[in-house]
Amino acid sequence: MDAAAQSHFTSKEAGHAVTKRSWIFTRPTAKTGLISWLTTVDHKRVGILYGISALLFFLVGGIEALLIRVQLAVPNNTFLAHQTYNEMFTMHATTMIFLAVMPLSAAFFNYIMPLQIGARDVAFPRLNGFAFWVFLAGAIILNVGWFVKSGAPDSGWFGYAPLTSKAFSNQFAGDVSTDLWIMGLQILGVSSVIGSMNFIITIINMRAPGMTMMRVPVFTWMTLVTAFLIILSFPAITIALVELMMDRSFGTNFFEVSAGGLPILWQHLFWVFGHPEVYILILPAMGIVSEILPTFSRKPLFGYPIVVFSGAAIGFLGFGVWSHHMFTTGMGTVATAAFSLATMAIAVPTGVKIFNWIGTMWNGHLQMRTPMMFALGFVWMFMMGGFSGIMHAAAPADAQQQDSYFVVAHFHYVLIGGSVFGLLAGIHYWFPLMFGRRIGEAWGKLSFWVIFTGFNVTFFPMHFLGLNGMPRRTAVYDGNMGWNDANLIATIGAFTLAIGIGIYFCVMVYTYFKGEKVARDPWDARTLEWSIPGPPPEYNFAVTPTVHARDAFWYEKTNPDEIAKEKSLHAKEDEAHGGVHMPSQSWFPFMAAVGFLTGSLFFANHHFVGAIAGGAVMFLGIYLWAHEGPGGYHVHPTADAEEPTGYGHSGKH
Amino acid sequence: MSSHAGPIDHHHDHTTSTGIPNKKLFMWAFLASDCMFFGTLISTHLIYRLHPPPGSPSPKSIFSIELTSFSTFILLMSSLLMALAVNALQKGKVRSTRQNLLGTVFFGMIFLSCQVYEFSHFVHEKGLTLSNSLFGSTFYVLTGTHGCHVAIGVLWLVLMYIRSFKPADADEGRAWLLKSFFHLILFAVTIVASVASVLGFVHALHEGEGFGGFLHLHALAFGGMIAGLVLLFLISRQKTPVDFGEANAIDVESMGLYWHFVDIVWIVIFTAVYLLEYL
Repeated sequence: MDAAAQSHFTSKEAGHAVTKRSWIFTRPTAKTGLISWLTTVDHKRVGILYGISALLFFLVGGIEALLIRVQLAVPNNTFLAHQTYNEMFTMHATTMIFLAVMPLSAAFFNYIMPLQIGARDVAFPRLNGFAFWVFLAGAIILNVGWFVKSGAPDSGWFGYAPLTSKAFSNQFAGDVSTDLWIMGLQILGVSSVIGSMNFIITIINMRAPGMTMMRVPVFTWMTLVTAFLIILSFPAITIALVELMMDRSFGTNFFEVSAGGLPILWQHLFWVFGHPEVYILILPAMGIVSEILPTFSRKPLFGYPIVVFSGAAIGFLGFGVWSHHMFTTGMGTVATAAFSLATMAIAVPTGVKIFNWIGTMWNGHLQMRTPMMFALGFVWMFMMGGFSGIMHAAAPADAQQQDSYFVVAHFHYVLIGGSVFGLLAGIHYWFPLMFGRRIGEAWGKLSFWVIFTGFNVTFFPMHFLGLNGMPRRTAVYDGNMGWNDANLIATIGAFTLAIGIGIYFCVMVYTYFKGEKVARDPWDARTLEWSIPGPPPEYNFAVTPTVHARDAFWYEKTNPDEIAKEKSLHAKEDEAHGGVHMPSQSWFPFMAAVGFLTGSLFFANHHFVGAIAGGAVMFLGIYLWAHEGPGGYHVHPTADAEEPTGYGHSGKH
Repeated sequence: MSSHAGPIDHHHDHTTSTGIPNKKLFMWAFLASDCMFFGTLISTHLIYRLHPPPGSPSPKSIFSIELTSFSTFILLMSSLLMALAVNALQKGKVRSTRQNLLGTVFFGMIFLSCQVYEFSHFVHEKGLTLSNSLFGSTFYVLTGTHGCHVAIGVLWLVLMYIRSFKPADADEGRAWLLKSFFHLILFAVTIVASVASVLGFVHALHEGEGFGGFLHLHALAFGGMIAGLVLLFLISRQKTPVDFGEANAIDVESMGLYWHFVDIVWIVIFTAVYLLEYL
């Protein structure tokens, strides 16, 4: 392959016209400060923006969860009014799913994925920035209800019809909490779809020379599968929300029972999205764990192709099982049996992955570092959630468990024990790469054990509560139902979990400022992101890597002479082409997102003139964005690099 | 390595891993997503078609299939012009590209005008509104969403047409941004005035008032249309060298993918919403 041809950047130059550009197209060049963040197109900075927002909303969602647990700690509690309680469980779920776990996954997609495939940025850098700002707009709209009279959304994260119909928004005229929820989710959908298309193009088209699809790290593979799930499943909920919005704002009858609308249609459309969404939440964590386990087992991943294909199979089957959320709606025996079988079938690729992870660790030299602890916690806890999942797959059993705390226990085991453990492991694992500092082992392990204990104390008793008949989403229960002890234990567990998360966050912030500084590749890892210094330079790779093996960086480390020769050759070729091409920063993605935010806020409040004005600002932003051109400038990393282009041994610099 | 040297290969981009240009791949990914959008809407329509509430109107008594067949034909023909525009630009023929882009806009606008006429006819003559029946809800939202896609396509075509006038000279390029914006507004005014004129004329004919009656009622729209067309014609006479050519073929091609997709979706909608009622 002609490696020199793979410049990985749009070859179009803005060069010749640069001197005579209109002032409005002056590209911001700030590298620090507020403007540098508002106008950034660097995938690493976008990743950090996603990460910080996600962690912030993770704390907000956690506080909502604690308020719920306080209310349920004792029977007949009056801590929260019923209305407030509804807002709490609605916003807790919406926040954790859309504003915490998904963007935290997106943070890793942004930061890590391009580094793993040896790219210098994503395919469309400005669009990537836009996706983040649109995400923030959606998050603001979802949460703005806390500060206005109508209150936060309160019809559940699933928004079942007819709870969302106008007739139920009658606390006072102009209750827009449901409209805000509809608008917020639609905007988050726009952000996710745009971001995912960018990731798909990046993975398919921007791989370094030699990085074939079957050499791509598993995390990147899971990014690809997740991105496909997002672009194919979000349209279903977006259209469902459009129909609901038409019902509420323009008097259509999609879900209006009195005019012949079918509430069950909402359930189908919602879960056609909602079930793939479950895999959107878990697959990134599986990808992270598939990176961590081999690194700390000192072995390559066991059965790489089958792990990749299992991930793809999970994504594929995930589209055919949505009705298992609706076993009790009376779909008929054939549909129920079919969805039951399909759901059980998903256990097969999932089980395959678990066995491959065990195979990876088998006979390895396990290093019990903090990321490894979280990853092992993931495998174990996710399996627990998987077991109760198989119980739900049997429709007759599900009929008993539906809407009980057994279900709450199940999905918290897969979402916290699964997704969140995986993501927390990822933060520990990649922190040295992102910030050049490592989180201390003692504090890291302490936070792990407190989180692990608190999590199990909170959610394990919920299995029993559910089997004893405690229903979900009820603000109060009577003292003579036999639920008192388990509820109190769960509340104590929730606060333990909160302390664990608190330790985790404090240690993370401390490490950012004062933690132990580490050199490149502190874990002696195998994938390309570790071949560059931490924190990575803006251009990522001084020389575009050429990939010779699946564990690309491992090959580099074991064949230093060959790689050094190759790199110096490529560095000369790069210089001959004028250096490394970098995309210019831009104001317009931010401007378009601001227009989007204001327009949507007006629309949700039924001010259509304001909505049009916001839309006009957005259009103007996109218009200028299109006309400013991709821009770009060149850097010369090899000419002024402090370090040699060849790679020495890890940890010594 | 430079893509500036030598002839441009329109089917292979050697800077990407697969050889497919990023923009084209992006459009394919978007269209996959858009399939699901329309799939959801069409499913909604078909499900409610199977479960009509009592008192639902009969679609056959509302549709005027001749008009819709005509506009369908026009939309499909617009795809031909779109393909010709892509082909012309890949050969570097800017003038022919412009003509075909305008032709596509014209045909797209005929389709949209037919839809505007159809909607207002259904509301005022047949009494089918968004809210008075479930059929009205699903019909207007589904075909309206498709209409929005066509309208966005028309906007995109117009923007591409305007883009083709960007002067090659960088000094003139600074004022060009403002000029392009006025060009766009001129297009918007002309198109709105034209649609209003044509629909007004049809209405006048319907009422038996003839051209005189039409002029009497719609003088402003008619005048706006004539003035707009004259101005647009004058602008199109610009002879200075432009910064638009073969290198932009990928942009036109991506737009073409979108336009063809929207046409294909209409074939499905026309079949599922209209023709199905005549089985």
